[in-house]
Amino acid sequence: MSQTFTLDGKSIPFEDGQTIMQAATKAGVFIPHLCYHPEFKPHGSCKLCTVKANGRQTASCTMRAMAGMVVESETEEINAERRALTQMLFVEGNHFCPSCEKSGHCQLQATAYHLGMMSPHFDHFFPNRAVDASHPEVLLDFNRCILCSLCVRASRDVDGKNVFALSGRGIKTHLIVNAKSGKLSDTDFSLADKAAQVCPVGVILTKRKGFAVPIGERSYDKQPIGETVEGR
Amino acid sequence: MTAPKKKLKVATTSLAGCFGCHMSFLDIDERLFTLLEHIEFDRSPLTDIKTCSPDCDIGIIEGGLCNAENVHVLREFRKNCKILIAIGACAINGGLPAQRNHLQLTAILEEVYHSGPGLANGMIPNDPELPLPLNKVHPIHEVVKVDFFIPGCPPSGDAIWKVLTDLLAGREPELGHGLMHYD
Repeated sequence: MSQTFTLDGKSIPFEDGQTIMQAATKAGVFIPHLCYHPEFKPHGSCKLCTVKANGRQTASCTMRAMAGMVVESETEEINAERRALTQMLFVEGNHFCPSCEKSGHCQLQATAYHLGMMSPHFDHFFPNRAVDASHPEVLLDFNRCILCSLCVRASRDVDGKNVFALSGRGIKTHLIVNAKSGKLSDTDFSLADKAAQVCPVGVILTKRKGFAVPIGERSYDKQPIGETVEGR
Repeated sequence: MTAPKKKLKVATTSLAGCFGCHMSFLDIDERLFTLLEHIEFDRSPLTDIKTCSPDCDIGIIEGGLCNAENVHVLREFRKNCKILIAIGACAINGGLPAQRNHLQLTAILEEVYHSGPGLANGMIPNDPELPLPLNKVHPIHEVVKVDFFIPGCPPSGDAIWKVLTDLLAGREPELGHGLMHYD
């Protein structure tokens, strides 16, 4: 007899040690998220996956499921907060979807659609961030970084290379490349790395592959993010 | 005989935009005839009327704010329209023109008119009739209250039709999957 908790009134089975996110994903229930990836240790930083567990807000990617727990996710209150967080991510960076190669495959964009984000609401920062085109195969466009740290975790935990890191604190936090020059070409980063595959937005881009998939046939043109397997 | 229902007055304009959203508006094709049973155009590039009537019901703004005249026109729309709609990426987040925002305006003018390749004896335009450019390009919600947004670059004719028909029917406009696009 497996243990269960309820998520928006639906009974979700789980195994000992599983987080709310893991159990929900396994049961085919989508909880919006950006910094969570099933293959990596959770980071708990984007807060998009916030749910109310037994009445208290918590990140569902880090909170362990407990028997009998009552979890709320798809409520107007929580989705309004998720929408506000997403709007803040949009205005903090430079997210110009029409000229972004990741458009249509972007988890940030698809999550904003899912949450019904009609406008960025806040005033834009329009930050000045340089791109790094030094690597022969990969372009880094820091304008779109949402600091999810997936590339940091992939490079450190899977590739064993430590190519990326988050530097600075608070509003000054930014993604850096671990080389004396700060340039990607001065690292042993390669296109075959896991870190080259995990960016949920359009920061880590393969050169000469842009806009290869026509509009209408891209990942999230075909189905909204909430209906994709494991939310990806 | 019943009196004909009063038509809603709709004004439209393109600020720092490319008129792509207006073209997309025309992409509602023959549905324009249905629409014209319910609305009449006031100030708009479609009518060439230059100023808003004081009793417009809906104002549709394409494009962001890149110069002083854009701000002036936007304020005229807000003052005269009961409902203001931002249409397209530029009105909503500045769009392509806002990609100049990380550069100094003086450096841009210098390069475009003086130091760019193939320029000789260039002069930065300074006719007093020309509106002054803003230091940065801004989306319109940073200056006036905007009631509804139709994202897209441009939004499809179907998305525009959906929002307008929702509004005419008194519903909160809603774009579902397929109509909701930022690109």
